[in-house]
Amino acid sequence: MSTPPLDRAADDAALQAHFDATLAAGQRIEPRDWMPEGYRRTLIRQIAQHAHSEIIGMQPEGDWLLAAPSLRRKSVLLAKVQDEAGHGLYLYSAAETLGADRADLTDKLIERRQKYSSIFNYPTLTYADVGVIGWLVDGAAICNQVPLCRSSYGPYARAMIRVCKEESFHQRQGYELLLTMMSGTPEQQAMVADAVDRWWWPSLMMFGPPDADSPNSAQSMAWGIKRHSNDELRQRFVDMTVPQAEVLGVTLPDPELALDPATGRYRFGAIDWSELQRVISGEGPCNDERIARRRAARDDNAWVTEAATAYAAKHAS
Amino acid sequence: MTRGDWPLYEVFVRGKRGLNHVHVGSLHAPDDEMAVHAARDLYTRRNEGVSIWVVRAADITASSPDEKDPMFAPSGDKVYRHPTFYEIPDDVPHI
Repeated sequence: MSTPPLDRAADDAALQAHFDATLAAGQRIEPRDWMPEGYRRTLIRQIAQHAHSEIIGMQPEGDWLLAAPSLRRKSVLLAKVQDEAGHGLYLYSAAETLGADRADLTDKLIERRQKYSSIFNYPTLTYADVGVIGWLVDGAAICNQVPLCRSSYGPYARAMIRVCKEESFHQRQGYELLLTMMSGTPEQQAMVADAVDRWWWPSLMMFGPPDADSPNSAQSMAWGIKRHSNDELRQRFVDMTVPQAEVLGVTLPDPELALDPATGRYRFGAIDWSELQRVISGEGPCNDERIARRRAARDDNAWVTEAATAYAAKHAS
Repeated sequence: MTRGDWPLYEVFVRGKRGLNHVHVGSLHAPDDEMAVHAARDLYTRRNEGVSIWVVRAADITASSPDEKDPMFAPSGDKVYRHPTFYEIPDDVPHI
């Protein structure tokens, strides 16, 4: 007769084996399945960081809602910013299936114990930035997110399918906005060129550090949480974007950018990784402003929550 | 009750007439009515639905999702429940 601890060890091994077999068969893991603690923890961190990015990502473009140049542009921008809120909520909802609590995740964001995408710590200086964010930032996000529709964790994959469907509108409205400006006055064309100069390199940094400096990637790939390496996704983005820049008639700010005839892919210049490190560690141009505004949204709007709660309590009795 | 205590609702959307309601995700709301309103804003911004159900997650009784669960074993060996179990000559029409 075996002792209880041995039984537990045997049980754990059986559970792990079943989990591994499910992944190996290309099947999805669902919320009530047994999963290794590391898998759960890594997913919560990744999904929360992703959700935070959507929510913080409302701010740079939100700054232009009241200054949109026409009712059409304002309607489009409102719809886009509302989508970002929706994406954040889909993702928080996926994180909650893993046992996380959304209010707690928001607190962690505000206390800077969890991160969000470094890209949203840059300011939007002109209306051309709205277009460039749609084209480059959302374009990079799509590169990152399309493979996540096949994430091994069911609720995350399903959330990403919804997100990706909506993200396509984001990129196209941005590109169309830039096409319009590029057919405008020399001043408008200069605004686009300036915005592209400022957003190009940070967009490349969105894919994260180079593979050699991304120690957790191998485990995440084995778990089916991550499907392609940072460098591979970055390369795909560059290959996709260069022809789009040509149609637009803008010059990307990289003199080393050139098609490699042997591979059919674009070579590009060295990325300043110290900038990414600075921005991630809180020293980007807008880190403090972004967090302060998220904190204010939580605290200043608490009365709405309290009122809805009081109303529900009154009508329940 | 704070925001963190708002119950979790599971949301089901009927995409169009003639289809079943399908689970689309979840949200927190203070009561049933607010849950329906929030579900509309969150899950049907692009005409994805003509009808919404919300149900408190705590009120759902579920089987284990594990495929090896004995719950589903009884149907595993009953191949005779499928039409392909029966061999019919090729020249028999409409069957």
